Amino acid sequence: MSVDATLSFEEAMEKYDPVLGFEVHVELNTKTKMFSSAPNVFGDEPNTNVNEVDLGMPGVLPVVNKTAVESSIKIGLALNCKIAETCRFARKNYFYPDTPKNFQTSQYDEPIAYDGYLDIELEDGTVFRVEIERAHMEEDAGKLTHMGGAAGRIQGADYSLVDYNRSGVPLVEIVTKPIEGAGSRAPELAKAYVAAVREIVKNLGVSDAKMERGNVRCDANVSLRPHGRERFGIRSETKNVNSLRAVEHAVRYEIQRHAAVLDSGEPVIQETRHWHEDTRSTTSGRPKSDADDYRYFPEPDLVPVVASREWVEELRATLPEPPAERRKRLKEAWGYSDLEFRDVVNAGVMDSIEETIAAGASADVARKWWMGEIVGRAKVADVDPSELGVTPQVIVELNKLVEDGKINNKMATQVLDGVLAGEGTPADIVEKRGLAVVSDDGPLLEAIDAALAAQPDVAEKIRGGKVQAIGAIVGGVMKATRGQADAGRVRELILEKLGVQG
Amino acid sequence: MTELKNELIRHSAADLAAKLAAREVTAVEVTQAHLDRIADVDGQVNAFLHVNSEEALAVAAEVDAARAAGGSAAEELHALAGVPIAVKDLIVTIGQPTTAGSKILEGWHSPYDATVVKKLRAAKMPILGKTNLDEFAMGSSTEHSAYGPTRNPWDLDRIPGGSGGGSAAAVAAFEAPLALGTDTGGSIRQPGAVTGTVGVKPTYGAVSRYGAIAMASSLDQIGPVSRTVLDSALLQEVIGGHDPFDSTSLTDPFNNLVAAARVGNVAGMKIGIVKELHGEGYQAGVENRFNESLQLLKDAGAEIVEVSCPNLKYALGAYYLIMPSEVSSNLAKFDGVRFGMRVLPKDGPMTIERVMGATRAAGFGDEVKRRIILGTYALSAGYYDAYYGSAQKVRTLIQRDFDAAFAKADVLISPTAPTTAFKLGEKLDDPLAMYLNDVATIPANLAGIPGLSLPGGLADEDGLPVGIQLLAPARQDARLYRVGAVLESILEEKWGGPMLAQAPVLGSATTTAGGSN
Repeated sequence: MSVDATLSFEEAMEKYDPVLGFEVHVELNTKTKMFSSAPNVFGDEPNTNVNEVDLGMPGVLPVVNKTAVESSIKIGLALNCKIAETCRFARKNYFYPDTPKNFQTSQYDEPIAYDGYLDIELEDGTVFRVEIERAHMEEDAGKLTHMGGAAGRIQGADYSLVDYNRSGVPLVEIVTKPIEGAGSRAPELAKAYVAAVREIVKNLGVSDAKMERGNVRCDANVSLRPHGRERFGIRSETKNVNSLRAVEHAVRYEIQRHAAVLDSGEPVIQETRHWHEDTRSTTSGRPKSDADDYRYFPEPDLVPVVASREWVEELRATLPEPPAERRKRLKEAWGYSDLEFRDVVNAGVMDSIEETIAAGASADVARKWWMGEIVGRAKVADVDPSELGVTPQVIVELNKLVEDGKINNKMATQVLDGVLAGEGTPADIVEKRGLAVVSDDGPLLEAIDAALAAQPDVAEKIRGGKVQAIGAIVGGVMKATRGQADAGRVRELILEKLGVQG
Repeated sequence: MTELKNELIRHSAADLAAKLAAREVTAVEVTQAHLDRIADVDGQVNAFLHVNSEEALAVAAEVDAARAAGGSAAEELHALAGVPIAVKDLIVTIGQPTTAGSKILEGWHSPYDATVVKKLRAAKMPILGKTNLDEFAMGSSTEHSAYGPTRNPWDLDRIPGGSGGGSAAAVAAFEAPLALGTDTGGSIRQPGAVTGTVGVKPTYGAVSRYGAIAMASSLDQIGPVSRTVLDSALLQEVIGGHDPFDSTSLTDPFNNLVAAARVGNVAGMKIGIVKELHGEGYQAGVENRFNESLQLLKDAGAEIVEVSCPNLKYALGAYYLIMPSEVSSNLAKFDGVRFGMRVLPKDGPMTIERVMGATRAAGFGDEVKRRIILGTYALSAGYYDAYYGSAQKVRTLIQRDFDAAFAKADVLISPTAPTTAFKLGEKLDDPLAMYLNDVATIPANLAGIPGLSLPGGLADEDGLPVGIQLLAPARQDARLYRVGAVLESILEEKWGGPMLAQAPVLGSATTTAGGSN
């Protein structure tokens, strides 16, 4: 396998203008398949989730899954597309053993959704509009496993196994218009676009949206043209780039590779490319030309799909708030800084914080608990923060105990551990563990006297007006009371004792 | 007993149903009589590819047991319970092989039943076996079967029509009172015409196609084959109705067909002669019988009008683009990977493409290959608009022609086929001549309308059966049965009995069949 020459990204950008395009395949999480009643389930024993329709047995007919149509309309609406009033399926004819009928039933010239857009927010807040050409319905193919060759590739394999469980799984393919003007941000945009699509379909509840399982798969088209030229260059299509990071890397790599090819004076070959995560590079797949002839024609076994305006509006009314809008709204409402909010989102606790606030906590308190205490514990336990076992009510209750001065923050973390250990409610744990702030001033005054006596120089400084030195005395008192004193009250008593205004 | 059985096989399905209900005969007796007849004559006719004796007799015994038990078990029996039937071997059945008349499916057993077969089972109609056909239903003579031709019971040197020659010949030879056929361009009606039987292509979508191995999905339709118009109505009511497994199936109930067959008059009905579907190119004897039927209908009080469907002259051309296009895609699944025949290339590398190629080269016959090639070409980039696209436009024009014609007439009438049965081998080397057999039947498939063929008498020049075709607007299948039953009764009155009574005697029955002449 020869290694392709590449230019540095910076040099490529200096000379050329990238144009991108994406085809994102989304597997729908319907109960049954696109055209049959067989279960749509991932990971089962091969060839168990199939019936005669999925196997393309003689005499079978497809029937369109209504839920899949509904999901497709929802995706179309979420991508700001128009929804076709009627649309048809077509047959894409080609012989390949992962396609049992030797044609794929797919929409062709009549997609269910078309002419949409998605506003993509980049890390620095720049918003980039990606135009959506179409979102169409189709069926997935089976899965081939090539045996006996190197690295599971078909070349050199002794034989291949076919698993038709995936055959007929409903897919929506989302196709962008050519994306121009991204410049050096093209790789970043690529990643952000696929992330946004994934987030939308997950938020709609129409797909499990797990890229590692192939629920969301991306083919990335890249071409370069000299700056200032209108006509597009020849594109490559990198297939099945199946993680967000890989999307970014693949686009970056292809830009660098195209630039080197163009620099050498050679034309770019129109072809599919395979992405290799290990070497972070692509290799040549099969040549792909616009002359590929799939002999499409309207699927005669299916009647047209009719999406009445009433139905579309009914579905539109059920759409959840778009993720990007929701984030914007919550960030403003909570008053977090950009950095704080990004951390919350990246830690995956935005929903939990929203619920905690709804349960009665302030935005800052909710963030403090989730980000300060729970995320770390979840990481140790290797679970999702929301799955650790902390309910919004627990946080509200803990916070109230602190605010009422019944426990201090240090104790509160112990109570949280108690909750996670299943010892009961925070109030139960405070009682059982004997955790309570010492509020009788008598023992405190004794401890303060002892602390002042132990650090006479510090006491002198405070008397002299250096109130900020008080920490050392407070610390001593807290140590003596094993943290059970209310630090605020200790401070007050110290100042009182020394006759200093706080 | 032999004589009784021979009597039994000559009854219509309706009569058998009445005798069974009255407990004059048992379902086992009726079924056995037909199995005996098959054993007796099918060596000559070759209508059956598989005979299903054991299961058929078991189902018959169930019916008899239910009748004997009386009460609700007997009451719940379908009117046709115990009346045996033959099934075209394009329709999949659990427990029997399904070959589609092709080597590529030799030995294949379907893991599921076609919807129509489920309905036959629910009605407890014993399935006698699977009938012969042109390979994948492609042909008009049954000579393209990979398992040898079926012969016409009227003359064993002649073709029984096609593709459903097996079903038509089985019914004409009294091997079965009823059969199922499929009609893509005339495969039920044209065999009906040349064997002197009744065949109906229902409205597209009236009968589920689930489990009929697709030839051309937008044209295929399952329908009844019988010896009387009433019997076809009875059978269409059994097999019809909406099927959630076929999204092209209609939700109309079609439960008025038997009643229509029993109306008994055509007074005041307008019957339209289609100018383009008779005359030039039609055998004189066919034309004579056709004119005779027109006069009889007129005498019976019908008004005969002439209508024109000018675009029908493009029907054959459009059909031979749309049908092969769909064929080329529908038959792609036969590749040796998952079921049926697998042939390995003799030498060279063992790649999937080469195994698929070797399998299809060995498994398909010439006519199938011809249509796959034609269809692949018609759908190719750069040709699609000129061929498939234009053909679809013609289809729309033909539909409009029929709409206009049905504004002037309740039903349309024509000969079913331009000629009587030709000799085996006569047109085998001339595909175009073979295709012309379907010139009068193809338009109904393109338009999705129902069509019925019934015996119209024997041609003067050769004494062979002539078929009369009736066409009705989509969803108006009942009109076919009403007019068909009336014409049938007038003709039988004229002949002094069923036309098939004039057919030659077959098998050892020559010595025992008292009823035939």
